[in-house]
Amino acid sequence: MCLAMPGRVESVRDEAGVRMGRIDFGGVVRDVCLACVPDITVGEWALVHVGFALGRIDETAARETLRALAAIGGLAEPTHDDPDRGPADGVEP
Amino acid sequence: MSGTARHDADASPRTDAGGCPLPHHDREVVTLAHGGGGALTRDLIETVFLPALGNPVLLRREDAGIVEIASEVARGGRLAVSTDCHVVQPLVFPGGSIGELAVHGTVNDLVMVGAAPRFLTAGFVIEEGLPITMLSGLVARMGAAARAAGVAVVAGDTKVVERGRGDGLAIVTTGIGIVPGGIALGAAGVRAGDAVIVSGTLGDHGMAVMSVRESLGFEADLVSDSAPLHELVAALLAACPATRMLRDPTRGGLAAALNEIATAARVGIEIDEAALPVRPVVAAACEMLGLDPLTVANEGKVVAVVPAESAADALATLRAHPLGRAAVRIGRVVPDHPGVVSLATRVGGGRIVPLPIGADLPRIC
Amino acid sequence: MSLVAPFRDEGTARRLLAEIARTVTRPWRIMEVCGGQTHALVRSGIDRLLPPGIEMLHGPGCPVCVTPVETIDRALAIARRREVTFCSFGDMLRVPGTDGDLLGVKARGGDVRMVASPLDALDLAARLPDREVVFFAIGFETTAPATAIAARLTRSRGVRNLSFLVAHVLVPPALQAIVRSAGTRVDAFLAAGHVCSVTGWHRYRDLATRFGVPIVIAGFEPVDLLEAIRRAVVQLEAGRHEAENAYPRAVSETGNALAQEAIAEVFEPCDREWRGIGTIPASGWRFTAAYRDIDAVTRFPAPALPSARLTVCRSGEVLVGALRPDACPAFGRECTPRTPLGATMVSGEGACAAYWHAGRARP
Repeated sequence: MCLAMPGRVESVRDEAGVRMGRIDFGGVVRDVCLACVPDITVGEWALVHVGFALGRIDETAARETLRALAAIGGLAEPTHDDPDRGPADGVEP
Repeated sequence: MSGTARHDADASPRTDAGGCPLPHHDREVVTLAHGGGGALTRDLIETVFLPALGNPVLLRREDAGIVEIASEVARGGRLAVSTDCHVVQPLVFPGGSIGELAVHGTVNDLVMVGAAPRFLTAGFVIEEGLPITMLSGLVARMGAAARAAGVAVVAGDTKVVERGRGDGLAIVTTGIGIVPGGIALGAAGVRAGDAVIVSGTLGDHGMAVMSVRESLGFEADLVSDSAPLHELVAALLAACPATRMLRDPTRGGLAAALNEIATAARVGIEIDEAALPVRPVVAAACEMLGLDPLTVANEGKVVAVVPAESAADALATLRAHPLGRAAVRIGRVVPDHPGVVSLATRVGGGRIVPLPIGADLPRIC
Repeated sequence: MSLVAPFRDEGTARRLLAEIARTVTRPWRIMEVCGGQTHALVRSGIDRLLPPGIEMLHGPGCPVCVTPVETIDRALAIARRREVTFCSFGDMLRVPGTDGDLLGVKARGGDVRMVASPLDALDLAARLPDREVVFFAIGFETTAPATAIAARLTRSRGVRNLSFLVAHVLVPPALQAIVRSAGTRVDAFLAAGHVCSVTGWHRYRDLATRFGVPIVIAGFEPVDLLEAIRRAVVQLEAGRHEAENAYPRAVSETGNALAQEAIAEVFEPCDREWRGIGTIPASGWRFTAAYRDIDAVTRFPAPALPSARLTVCRSGEVLVGALRPDACPAFGRECTPRTPLGATMVSGEGACAAYWHAGRARP
């Protein structure tokens, strides 16, 4: 249940009283209803399900999680798991 | 889809001032009269089909086309015949149209058995109301694709069906090719240890078509890969005559093609998820709709099973061709689990790749 | 910074698996409730990489699997009407009712459309003023806000030709039913991360205490799932039973207030039948009185249809972890993905389908 994807907000607008936005999901851009996160701004990440943004993705929390994960299994410092040097989204050939 | 034909551009009145129906000499859209076999049919053939598809055989305007193949047969060639029905919505999509698909699909079927494609026949089932300019455009694209693939359309037929009974246009093509002597591709030659190669990125066609379907609409740089593979495969077979078999991963995608190979050859196949070539934007579009790129249709790719020692040469040959730049080895044939395709996942796990059951539907869960 | 790739990283996944293996001393049964998580586990092959002591149970978190036959039959009846344009997510199109499925209705001339959002149904209603558009609103708390907002817009825009067939269900009552179900032993739960993005996770503290099980809010990427499993195992080994959030980037304590507000305005709790399990009190949502006129059940009243009880299908027991799919007598015989008896075999992430596909490689 709940195929929700993170996407980057490209633009926001009001349409017939409803907050809408264009969201970029790794190259696929879709119109999304932002009624649940009307204050989200361009450049932020939204969690989107069936054409509606359910909330923001908290980048700080993501970094924290990755830092904590890096410490598991006895590795002293993060290697290619470095959150600030992550590979690009999606699959490369 | 119910009969909401998007090409509904009929603006001329159907009755005169007195309420009597006007005769069917409407030049703007295809009508039932165009399929009647009379003057209007001939009109359509002369103004739309012959200019686009014409070649010496077709232009004889006979009931059947006569072609010469004796010399090739005498040199050990065998006749290969294939047929394909093409129904696609929408009729035009990024990177192609039903016109190109009608040629490439059948040409590629011939190519997969090692044949050099020579001739096509084409049947057109046209839905009443299709604008003639649209039909001309699609047939012209088909003609261009045929010429680029080196095939001549030597026979054709058209029928017109009532509005609501057709998806705008359906094209059925039969292809005829010659398999040169000495070439015998097929499942019987597949062996454990063989390499499995794919000629390029997966899922491009299916996602391109989906991206322009109404109510699933999204914007993305998605382009169909529809292309004729005769030159690519000819180069491959010349460089690797020991190639075992070829398959084009059309409907059902790579998953269907690999399962068909595994079943026909009674072998297992193992592939590596990390090796599968998928454009990032195609991967994103698939994720969004809950689809697996492995099950999405391709129209310009080939899966090749080659002996392990030929794999390097095969890859180099494919990559040297514009249609094979992203060719990559994705796995191997194994003696275990015959008929089953397994996949090593990116995080080190494993799963089965089943034969897709019917159309893969987008999901939200 | 990439928000996806690091959570699919193979190295991190392997370290987490090793850590889980190091921590486990006894067998544990962990249930992930959400079908999307089941799918992710099977898709990444994690389910077969976990140490032998950990058994993952696939719970009833698949709205496809739990929508009762009566609801499917009602959907089919409405979709067969000549004036109706029936809109559904792809998930539901092949789920069998008593007599066929939505794809079958479409094949026989019904106007059935696949949509990706309730807004698509709203759009269709505007573009097809002569049709009665009906939207099949299935899903958990993750999907309910979308239906609620679409319902509000239907009302505020005065759209007359759109109605909703509501079949939303709630997770916490399902957890309760599972815990209380005889024949089930679930030691810990992975809670559905995206459901909690909407509802928040504070209520799971109380549930963890009441049921005496660890509940870990989990995401959907391989690393998220493994981390959640690791935390559950750590708690189990230490004899703790708390709720904790392993998906903080998408889940906050209180969730999304605006989404909850929309739900509260449009819906009220009701008893719901879960296919194969039975009625779970207050486990679903239905429209409040103010929205009853856009309820498809009101707009298309139908006599209660006698629906077949598929007694051979035991998906209900599978859904609460009381029966392993491959232990079902029909598994692989009358019931296969091509000839499914119940939703757990139809659905791509149903437990039975997952077992079927995974099992074929084993001798």
